[in-house]
Amino acid sequence: MCCSFAQLYLKGTLILNFIPVFESIKPMIRKIANNTIVLVIALFACNFTSIAAPDGKALFQSNCASCHNPLKDATGPALKGVDARVPSKEWLYDWIHNSPKVIASGDKYANDLYNKWGKTVMTPFPSLSTEEIDAIITYVNSVEPAAAVPAAGGSTQAAKDSDGPAWLYTVITLILAVLAIIMWRINHGLQRVSNDKEGIATPRDIPLYRNKVVIALAVILAFIFAGYFIVDGAINLGRQQNYQPEQPIFYSHKVHAGINQINCLYCHAGAEKSRHAMIPSPNMCMNCHKQINEYTGEAQHPLYTAEGEKVDGTAEIQKLYKYAGWDPAKKDYIRNADGSIKASPVKWVKIHNLPDHVYFNHAQHVNVGKVACQRCHGPIQEMDEVYQFSPLSMGWCVNCHRQTQVQFADNNYYSIFEKYHEEIKSGKRTGVTVEDIGGAECMKCHY
Amino acid sequence: MSQKQYWKGLEELQNTATHTETVDNEFKEPLPFELSDKLLDATTPRRDFLKFLGFSTVAATLAASCEMPVRRAIPYAIKPEEIVPGIPNYYASTFVDGGEYCAVVIKTRDGRPIKLEGNEKSSITQGSTSARVQAAVLNLYDKTRLRQPYADGKEATFEAIDRRVMEGLAGATGGAYLVTSTIISPTTKDVIAQFIAKYPNVKHVVYDAISYSGMLLANEQSYGKRALPSYHFDKAQTIVSLGADFLGTWLSPIEFSKQYSVGRRISAKNMNMSKHYQVEANHTISGAAADHRATCRPSEMGAVAVALYNAVTTGAAPALASKNLNILVAKAAADLKKGNGIVVSGSNDVNVQVVVNAINSAIGANGTTINWAITSNYKAGIDADMQTLVAAMNAGQVGAIMLHDVNPVYDFHNGAAFAQGLAKVPVTVSFAERMDETAQKCKYVVPDHHFLESWGDAEPKTGYYSLMQPGIAPLFKTRAFQDSLLLWAGATTNYGAYWNQYWMGKLGSQQNFDQALQDGVIEPATMPMAGGASAANVGGAVAAIQAMKPASGMELVVYEKISIGRGGAWSNNPWLQEMPDPITKATWDNYACVSPLTAKNLGEELTGINEVDSKKRVLKIKANGKEILLPMVVVPGMHNDVVAIAVGYGRDKGVGRAAADTGKNAYPMLAFNGTTTINHAPATIEKTGDVFDVAITQTHHSYEGRKIVREYTLEEFRKDPNHLINDRKAEIGHYTHLPWEHHDAAPAAGHGEAAAAGHDAHGAHAAGAAAVAAHGMDENTKATIEMEEGFRENGTLYPNYVAPGIHWGMSIDLTSCIGCGACVVACQAENNISVVGKTHVLKSQEMHWLRIDRYFSGMPDDPDTIQTLFQPMLCQHCDNAPCENVCPVAATPHTSEGLNMMTYNRCIGTKYCANNCPYKVRHFNWMDWNGADAFADNLYEDYRRDDMNDDLTRMVLNPDVTVRSRGVMEKCTFCVQRLQEAKLTAKQAGRPLKDGEARTACQQACASDCIVFGNVNDPNSAIAKIRHQEQQERVFYVLEQIHTLPNINYLSKVRNTDIIVAGDEKLDGIMNAHI
Repeated sequence: MCCSFAQLYLKGTLILNFIPVFESIKPMIRKIANNTIVLVIALFACNFTSIAAPDGKALFQSNCASCHNPLKDATGPALKGVDARVPSKEWLYDWIHNSPKVIASGDKYANDLYNKWGKTVMTPFPSLSTEEIDAIITYVNSVEPAAAVPAAGGSTQAAKDSDGPAWLYTVITLILAVLAIIMWRINHGLQRVSNDKEGIATPRDIPLYRNKVVIALAVILAFIFAGYFIVDGAINLGRQQNYQPEQPIFYSHKVHAGINQINCLYCHAGAEKSRHAMIPSPNMCMNCHKQINEYTGEAQHPLYTAEGEKVDGTAEIQKLYKYAGWDPAKKDYIRNADGSIKASPVKWVKIHNLPDHVYFNHAQHVNVGKVACQRCHGPIQEMDEVYQFSPLSMGWCVNCHRQTQVQFADNNYYSIFEKYHEEIKSGKRTGVTVEDIGGAECMKCHY
Repeated sequence: MSQKQYWKGLEELQNTATHTETVDNEFKEPLPFELSDKLLDATTPRRDFLKFLGFSTVAATLAASCEMPVRRAIPYAIKPEEIVPGIPNYYASTFVDGGEYCAVVIKTRDGRPIKLEGNEKSSITQGSTSARVQAAVLNLYDKTRLRQPYADGKEATFEAIDRRVMEGLAGATGGAYLVTSTIISPTTKDVIAQFIAKYPNVKHVVYDAISYSGMLLANEQSYGKRALPSYHFDKAQTIVSLGADFLGTWLSPIEFSKQYSVGRRISAKNMNMSKHYQVEANHTISGAAADHRATCRPSEMGAVAVALYNAVTTGAAPALASKNLNILVAKAAADLKKGNGIVVSGSNDVNVQVVVNAINSAIGANGTTINWAITSNYKAGIDADMQTLVAAMNAGQVGAIMLHDVNPVYDFHNGAAFAQGLAKVPVTVSFAERMDETAQKCKYVVPDHHFLESWGDAEPKTGYYSLMQPGIAPLFKTRAFQDSLLLWAGATTNYGAYWNQYWMGKLGSQQNFDQALQDGVIEPATMPMAGGASAANVGGAVAAIQAMKPASGMELVVYEKISIGRGGAWSNNPWLQEMPDPITKATWDNYACVSPLTAKNLGEELTGINEVDSKKRVLKIKANGKEILLPMVVVPGMHNDVVAIAVGYGRDKGVGRAAADTGKNAYPMLAFNGTTTINHAPATIEKTGDVFDVAITQTHHSYEGRKIVREYTLEEFRKDPNHLINDRKAEIGHYTHLPWEHHDAAPAAGHGEAAAAGHDAHGAHAAGAAAVAAHGMDENTKATIEMEEGFRENGTLYPNYVAPGIHWGMSIDLTSCIGCGACVVACQAENNISVVGKTHVLKSQEMHWLRIDRYFSGMPDDPDTIQTLFQPMLCQHCDNAPCENVCPVAATPHTSEGLNMMTYNRCIGTKYCANNCPYKVRHFNWMDWNGADAFADNLYEDYRRDDMNDDLTRMVLNPDVTVRSRGVMEKCTFCVQRLQEAKLTAKQAGRPLKDGEARTACQQACASDCIVFGNVNDPNSAIAKIRHQEQQERVFYVLEQIHTLPNINYLSKVRNTDIIVAGDEKLDGIMNAHI
């Protein structure tokens, strides 16, 4: 909950709240009560506009992060300062909405970029509004390189980057607030003195804590804040974004999928065929680890847990041998009396949990939808210890279904949607999103 | 004719005050709040409410502050190559239950069987199943199955038992017996032969609880073969059944239902239909399906056969006791003489069967509809053998006895004598899978595997083989029956190896073997057909029948229920126990069925006995010197002098929780007549002062007199095929156009143009119809499409939403539906539907998504006037659904594919939707039916269903379907998980969905192919063709006039009969009731 409060500061809303405070100091001499109302209204107005405004960071992570990093070149270029590099803001909007179209139009900058990046086409995002794009740009521009942070802490790093100015704002706000109160009290005293001098009776001062208006406002405020946080908290119940448990074997996706470039589908073969991506059984690991019995990447990539403890990769491979029933000395499996291998399953801690009433199918997304693993699992090839990258909330799912286009032209299954094909032909629509073919309906996931 | 009315039960016909009250009060239990002037005196006063509120808030807060549990994801240690987690594997196998046969495909998920489907490769069952086949998978996970062998009632090891049994067999003085049910497995027969070779004093006795000895012996007399022929109901133009429920329980009902449905496919373009005559004593589903039905006393069946024989051979006019019988026999004889006839009889009397054989010979059925070239092996038991055995046992002449798949202590007519004899046998071995009535009295119990855990084979018909392969490794320490025999015979191979060798030898190569195992069946390409010369002394049989004294007074008929059958393990199957009987709609019990007139004569006022009130008067029934007390259930259509009782009830506790403490055992009421066991007897009935609750599902879900079903005689349909179209037009025609438009302004051609232009008003829905039009549209197609589309758009103020891609639709043919209930259980197995138990069925809380409504018409007092029809009723997936608008939390919206969704996690249980559903197809979860064991002592009052809450039983749940908890609504989803799976397969292959690729569970289970499902937008789909080309004259939608736009259409019932009783001035019960 504290985090959420800090986020409000981060958005700079409370700073704005005090601008009307200063403006209203003068009339406040006579109409304190009225102006308090103005203040509250202003406060709410600012709050609500800030809540409704697009969240650049969230948008970046759900749409761009699988290919782009703000600071480093990845599948696509580093994005910080992108608005300054490109020919114009309108060009950028066009590019993001439909990059193949911009390339096809013969635009020089676009074609240079295309060629420079090995002719990799950027996924079009026609549903991102210009405000949302602006918010993303604002976010990427605000990201500062982290100084001497261990490589593992990628996600906390992002949070720290924006922490600096937020705290600064908070301190300034507090100082200004104290100043405002002092000024108001001085004003108040001065007025009483002048009233006394002019012989005007000063109305009896009702202390703030007994002022009915103040009490009412405080109650309303408390109600709104409490309601907001309770609802927010309740919605987040059972969600575990960033969950990063300790596993029975320190298996590094960075070493396997990142450094050694092993295809995800080699181990998670189910992702293309089944609803389950499938965790490989130990005998699958042994396909490679019969030969590879020590970790030799120590110099290039030393292994640390999230807590910073050193991990011995070779010892972890030995753990695998125990599970797989492999005798590294004899280079053979240990067998039971009936000839079966004495293997036992690894009890991995499940990170990505969906409630029982949700049906999710990997094959639908990976094989049919051609969604990259990273779109949901984040930079998995960068993770030594896996954490849950996405919130896995229903809003997150639905949002993606609204934005993502299906493989409408390439997959002949969709040929039955004659109406949409005609609309595309006539230029009435640019593409078909998952939502257009019923992807936001309850019974696509709940049955 | 438009006045046709049907009634679901006598209370609806009489429209009693209590019935009206129940109909008004749909949810029997009121909310647990009581209104009172003094709030604090109410049972749940305001303060209590506040306390509950406070408690739940605090509890929720505490629960929320707990940490998330750590969940584990555990992969295989060594993953089997053929298993991909989340993808089902299918294995062809064989269902065998005491000679009853069905070729099946086992669906396994992550290594456990969860569903059985029919194997379409079998030419015998052709992919059909029955309710029992569908429910068989639940028996695998039955908690009551034995988990190890027993000796002297104590747990023992196989080694110890083997040693003692082999000693016992070697030293057995007197005869030793192996008693089995009919065995149709060729390898098992070989194993038994090996066993007998080792122990020559062993005699093999085949014992069938439901005996077909009469037929076997009669066939021996008539054709010289103690065998059963193959029947071809599909080739028959005239079917006469004398008391044989061949669609429900007789011999091989799955096979016969499929064949029968071939002759019932009627359309305006093909007006040919078989004619089915049924003479019976009680009311069966075959009788309900019949075109012409008359009742007789069971003892009179022989006389009916003789009358039919005489009418066929000499043309003599029948002179039977009832006028209706005479009419039926005369007409049937005339039709049979036209050729392509078939006569079957359910009698176990040799003489009756000899006469039936003679009729079949006389009409030339042998070689056309009855095939003697390929004989059936379903039943082989001869009753006299069992009599000899019991006599020998009681005389102390038996040294050892082994019992496999038989339970004579329970189901032998003289079970007590069998039990006495068993006590005198030194070595008694049972291979029962549970401690049933006989196993309890045996010294050794060596439990056999369940068939889903076994290798095996079957030869249902000579030369037609079917292989059985396991879907799971044995769950418990059980051993194949054949393994035990081989071991005791001193063989060195086990049955698995023996079986493998046998089939490898027979099939020649590994490749053939693998193919056969994959197909599941090995069958000749064509079936040879041959008749047989009937050489029996018909005169003798006729004389013997005529010599029998005509009975007077009441008679008892003992019958098999379609769900429970002979009893066995089925008695402990909660799915089958809760499946409503097709005719009585009763669950969980057996009872005495009597006709309404008989009930009235017993002195009860009719309205007092088959009232909505579940309390049924208990009768005392005496027959063959035995008496039992059973509640009376009134069944219209029963002969007035007949009381009928089902077997399979009155089981011991050892059989299981669901079976015990319910009903009475009717087997002891049977008697042996010197040759065969006869299933009827003279009886007396007497009413007692007691009452007993019977949970009957009809008349739950009343339509309050609205017109739901449409029925025509074949003659009416021939004369005016468009009657139904005109009827519909009269009802909705006024709303098919806007008032200011001319009625006939839209010419048919304009329709197509509108659709082609992508005009949303007509939209994609019309596109399919328009495409049909392009194939050559006849008048009726044009008329119906215009009417339906016009009504869709203009019959409402709501906008017309279109399904841009797929639009699912279903068609249900009332003519071919026989009401067998396979779909009900299939739906239950597929969709994790909860069993609620008897106490909750009594409260109308049954959960079946698909129910079969049974309608009667006719005069209750005259059983021969009763016509019965069935209508499967499930969520109609209305495009303008009344339930959707009233949900306050949008938990039940509509998809772009035409499905009416139900989102359990969103539902808050207001039940508004159920109240507003005109079809009464929504069901509310009043309890946590599947997870109630999460807390100690939390199981519900009806312990008979509580095994469903066991970890073992829960293995049957389909992991692709949410298990619903308390407080949510649920209903048919059109098996959306199957639709999604089919779509995914198509998407992965990058091709459009094929017609027939997505099938619902009910459709797949149906033996008579009356359910067709598919994409209506695809003009080449079967469903679109039915609606707009082939069957448009018969299509109707239930309650179409209220503009719910259902996505399920029905096809009208056409009966090949002279008169439809409903609406007939003399015979219609409703008309007469209100005079």
